[in-house]
Amino acid sequence: MAKVFIYPINSLILADLVERFGHKPLTMMSQIRGKVTSLSLDSPPINITPEDPKLGLKYAAIEVPAGVRGRMSLIGPLIEQTEAAIIVENPPTDFGCVGCNRTNELTKYLVRSKGVPVLEVKYPESDEEARDFVNEIVAFLESLPKEKPEDEKVEEKESAEKEDKK
Amino acid sequence: MSAEESSLVKIALVSCGSEYAGVQPEFEEAAAKVNAKFIYPEIDVASIDTIGKDFGLEVASGDLRLMMARAKAVVEGTTNAEGVFITTCFRCAEGAIVRNEVRRYIHEHSNIPVISYSFTESTSAGTLLTRLEALTTIVRRRHLLTREVQTGLTAGIDSGSTTTKAVIMRDNKIIGKGWVPTTKVLESAEEAYSIALEEAGVARKEIQAIGTTGYGRFLIGNHLKAQLIQEEITVNSKGAVYLANKQKGNATVIDIGGMDNKAISVQDGIPGMFTMGGICAGASGRFFEMISKRLGVDITELGALAVKGMHENVSMNSYCIVFGTQSLVNSLAKGATPEDVAAAACYSVVEQIYEQQLQEVDVKEPLILVGGSSLIAGVPKALGELLKINVLVPENSHMIGAVGAALLASGFVEE
Repeated sequence: MAKVFIYPINSLILADLVERFGHKPLTMMSQIRGKVTSLSLDSPPINITPEDPKLGLKYAAIEVPAGVRGRMSLIGPLIEQTEAAIIVENPPTDFGCVGCNRTNELTKYLVRSKGVPVLEVKYPESDEEARDFVNEIVAFLESLPKEKPEDEKVEEKESAEKEDKK
Repeated sequence: MSAEESSLVKIALVSCGSEYAGVQPEFEEAAAKVNAKFIYPEIDVASIDTIGKDFGLEVASGDLRLMMARAKAVVEGTTNAEGVFITTCFRCAEGAIVRNEVRRYIHEHSNIPVISYSFTESTSAGTLLTRLEALTTIVRRRHLLTREVQTGLTAGIDSGSTTTKAVIMRDNKIIGKGWVPTTKVLESAEEAYSIALEEAGVARKEIQAIGTTGYGRFLIGNHLKAQLIQEEITVNSKGAVYLANKQKGNATVIDIGGMDNKAISVQDGIPGMFTMGGICAGASGRFFEMISKRLGVDITELGALAVKGMHENVSMNSYCIVFGTQSLVNSLAKGATPEDVAAAACYSVVEQIYEQQLQEVDVKEPLILVGGSSLIAGVPKALGELLKINVLVPENSHMIGAVGAALLASGFVEE
């Protein structure tokens, strides 16, 4: 199972496709869910406080607008976990959108420069293109390892044992 | 306060995603303080993909296109908004373009008052309060703002950051004035008010209504049991068009205060679009105080000095009061004359107002310059040169807040 970054990061269709092929989609929805279900915070509607754009400084400098850094405080940690990525170019708004193109540009750049397998596909405009679109994504997802590599499993086991000892 | 004046005002929030910057609760808090509620105009999601072509402004960010779609919903009346607050991230060029054009679009296609603001994660409810108070006042008190004549015996007190002004008006005439530096807010107000009363030759108990404005308006208003406690945007624009005798038609008011500036587009005495602020005190009266001190002249002499100078001879940038003062010191060290330095200071301040604020307000003549800095003769001269239009400085231009408050307070005499 690979952790697959999807772009647009809130695309339900892409998230569903990734899940159907046994991988874990990295989505904005899960990040926001984490925010709104966390206790002791009251900053509606999505519990982002002025501290979050400061956390976004890890990914973008202070002169980058607060809205970009606030979004990056949610997206950045997902990019760090990314093992593979699917980027859909020119999607319509209802396919998924985080609203800010500066965030999109930075997000795609960080994913591409991470050195993980990345599939870049254009959003389809006909039935035939739609079939090709899905087939390409399916082939990409099938090419990703279903199981974690042995060395990663060992590492995870070791860290779990360390935690238990504590 | 009438039922209409205390009613909830619905403000359409047209933003590029302020919830991601952590400032949404600050927006909500400021709105709640003025009994307003943000609403979010409903639109068809698919229209976000086509609105760029419809609007004529094609941008890449989905939330900026959402702003255009929401503005269209406001103008077309598919949403029941009484005011509009347009806001985008500070330092975003794409956001700034859309913010300006959306504001212009709403202003040109509807009578709904609109304000705009660029936020950072540090934006606080306090920063927004005056702006939202002005917006809701224009909605709630439109009938009061149409008042053109002062009646009865009323007082107005303007508690500014640098000076406190008071006027007494009777039957549409100023009969007493007081102008003192602001030290302790209440004591300064009492002093200015007493001076004005003495000059007018009337006793405190004879005053039929009091209006207060400026930073200390709530404290002074509650202390004096004022009938009108009002932010300075609506009051100052009213005072400016009244003193300039330009109450009908379009006008633009520029108010250079001790700590901040306001640029207000006015129609028939009622503000339409306005901006407030400045990046730094470098574009305010405080900068002139520092320049005067360094030149060793009284601030009242700075204007006459500036009129004799040539701003082109000195390079000065007042974006920051510290760097502005540094330019001043360097210029004097190089042998610049005090006249040229004073002229450069005036030009630098109006240049910043032009670059920062007048870009966000449609400048329509007459241009009325008010506030304490309007008394520095070099300032209207520099502004006129920069804009290539005549700048009107009405008599008592530094008292606009107090005059506007006394004028509007007279609405409560008849009530």
